[in-house]
Amino acid sequence: MSTEREHDGESEPGRTGTFGDYGGQYVPEALMPALQELEDAYERYVLENEDGFMDEFRERLRDFGGRPTPLQRADRLSERYDREIYLKREDLVHGGAHKLNNALGQVLLAKYMGKERIIAETGAGQHGTATAMAAAHLDMPCEIYMGRTDVNRQRPNVYRMRMNGAEVNPVEAGSGTLKEAINETMRDWATTVERTHYVIGSVVGPHPFPQMVRDFQAVIGDEARKQIREKAGRLPDSVVACAGGGSNTMGTFHAFVPDDEVDLYAVEAGGSSLEIDEDEGLAPNSATLSTGTDGVLHGAMTKLLQSGDGQIMESHSVSAGLDYAGVGPELSHLVETSRVTPASVDDEDALNGFHRLSRLEGIIPALESSHALGYLEEAHENLGDIVVVNVSGRGDKDLETVLEETEKRDLEAAPEVEVFDQ
Amino acid sequence: MSDEDRQPEGGDPRNDERGAKRPASDTDASVEYDSDVEAAIRGDHPALITYITAGDPSLEDTKASVEALDRGGSDLIELGLPFSEPIAEGSTIQAAINRALEAGTTPAGFFELVDDLETDAPLLVMTYYNMILQFGDEPDVRPFVERAAEAGLSGIIVPDLPAEEADPLREACDDNGLDLVFIIAPTTEGERLDTIMSQVSGFAYVQARLGTTGARANVSSATHDSLARLSEYDVPKAVGFGVSEGDHAAEIIEAGADGVIVGSALVDIIASSRTPEEAVDALEAKARELKRGARRGATDVAADAAEDPPETEHP
Repeated sequence: MSTEREHDGESEPGRTGTFGDYGGQYVPEALMPALQELEDAYERYVLENEDGFMDEFRERLRDFGGRPTPLQRADRLSERYDREIYLKREDLVHGGAHKLNNALGQVLLAKYMGKERIIAETGAGQHGTATAMAAAHLDMPCEIYMGRTDVNRQRPNVYRMRMNGAEVNPVEAGSGTLKEAINETMRDWATTVERTHYVIGSVVGPHPFPQMVRDFQAVIGDEARKQIREKAGRLPDSVVACAGGGSNTMGTFHAFVPDDEVDLYAVEAGGSSLEIDEDEGLAPNSATLSTGTDGVLHGAMTKLLQSGDGQIMESHSVSAGLDYAGVGPELSHLVETSRVTPASVDDEDALNGFHRLSRLEGIIPALESSHALGYLEEAHENLGDIVVVNVSGRGDKDLETVLEETEKRDLEAAPEVEVFDQ
Repeated sequence: MSDEDRQPEGGDPRNDERGAKRPASDTDASVEYDSDVEAAIRGDHPALITYITAGDPSLEDTKASVEALDRGGSDLIELGLPFSEPIAEGSTIQAAINRALEAGTTPAGFFELVDDLETDAPLLVMTYYNMILQFGDEPDVRPFVERAAEAGLSGIIVPDLPAEEADPLREACDDNGLDLVFIIAPTTEGERLDTIMSQVSGFAYVQARLGTTGARANVSSATHDSLARLSEYDVPKAVGFGVSEGDHAAEIIEAGADGVIVGSALVDIIASSRTPEEAVDALEAKARELKRGARRGATDVAADAAEDPPETEHP
């Protein structure tokens, strides 16, 4: 890396909003005053609880969002893997995913800041849905940008956003996935920045977003850490979470980062292969932490899937929510300093993880979370006696994709496809 | 003023003190400017700065287009080095970038084009920070800046690099005699404006309105507000984002700018021309129209000035 910056520890950004070499604020000048305004608001309301912001946020998380979520012992998975497996049930948050934690925090913050309009981008549609719900709950006008490909593969979430009163703007550019949706949302923000707040959906983007989103999601790990001590009498040996941008990952890991005895595994989408086609600019995976290189995208220095020239690659995953060529800068830093171990699971093993949890535990997980469950199957022998897995969301939104992808394969964990044809 | 007059008269092209700290400007040809970029924008007042995307539709066509813009009276020419995620661009330039990338435009090819170009107007590269970082074997800004200097480029504009993150690139540019141009947005005010204006080299790129690049039908009131806010700084100011016609150029110069920057309107010409020859002719004609507009604006300013001489002391 060419840039040397200040930072003050493992997991806190330095004065310039960086985690080691990663992070920063690489955005058009027009947005810089808004980032400063947001940073000031974040420090006052979130870090210092001015006007009781955090009290109101926690109350709304409880009464509107349904927190705390359970930490459930998964009996049949524990039996299968011969160790204690605990599931953090973020699928039970209102809306069906951890995304509400952050969306509610940011929409509420925008309201405290006096902003008049909310915009957001979405990949799988979970963040868009959570933002639309939070905006309806707090009576804020809301527009969501979503790549055309994702609109087509996540129709139930598109309907849900519209039912909650949000406008959904399909983005036709490029491959029509999350990367293009983020570009378009940044353009909207650069035009309307004075009255609009951009609810970034993950621990990505310019400072203070990575730190602020992590803090809104840290409730996952805070609860899990307390719950595992109550249930198992000690901290876990391992914590496993899937990683796209990394918001459920950082939310789950944050409380455990100082616990050196707890191993942290960030499971990425291995797609169909970890090989990269440089000529075509295609990565048939979204395994940024495992295979990416350092660069600047969407406002931050982080690890990226990019060509040698610096062009960003089209990524791939069977899970729209993981399909992103970047990753949060704090996760890049934690991987670089070996505190977090990156891993990847391919599409097929993720689908098997999906079917296995559905069959064994009666929980239909999001395809994103299915990557963490696929990793459990592969790596359980190395994960110690007590393992916490974050089930970041529920899989109802993914049923069409799962049926289509399951039909193409001979999956050991899937039910017979003919069942659905009768 | 002839082209020779626009060149600095030798000596160190860089000066330790940047724009805001210098004495008031003078358009006299004997004045020694900090760089050829500053000489171009101050020396042939009012300046026309033109932008096209390199490689749109091919690097060979870009060479002819740049030469046409030079003949048409451009005082500075910005060449876009295409990046796949151009978050500051509107649909016109985004489409041009996509065409250039589909045509296989690479940084290496871009620099070979610049090696071949011989223009009166100094050339600047406009690109995103990741393209600069990735040029060498490791993420580092220096190899790009050194190659840019070797190719004869005079400056760099980076739409996603605010002053806060610019130290490494600024140092590399200073060491290689290149200007690093900063964008001033309608939202840039107060101390932040002071800080950026004290770091500007070459000229301040004044963003005419909030949003992305793209030709517009009129000049935004934000342009007038921004130029009024910047009037106390003795730094050359050029206005871009939305400028497409000679009349816009006249209005912007009359409002106090030293130059106008036109991009999307020229990219539109390239996109809509049926043959490369048609594009070249139309680009040259459009540059002349814009330059005439700018001159008309300056004439109006001169007429006003004759009645009411401007202050020479700057706060």
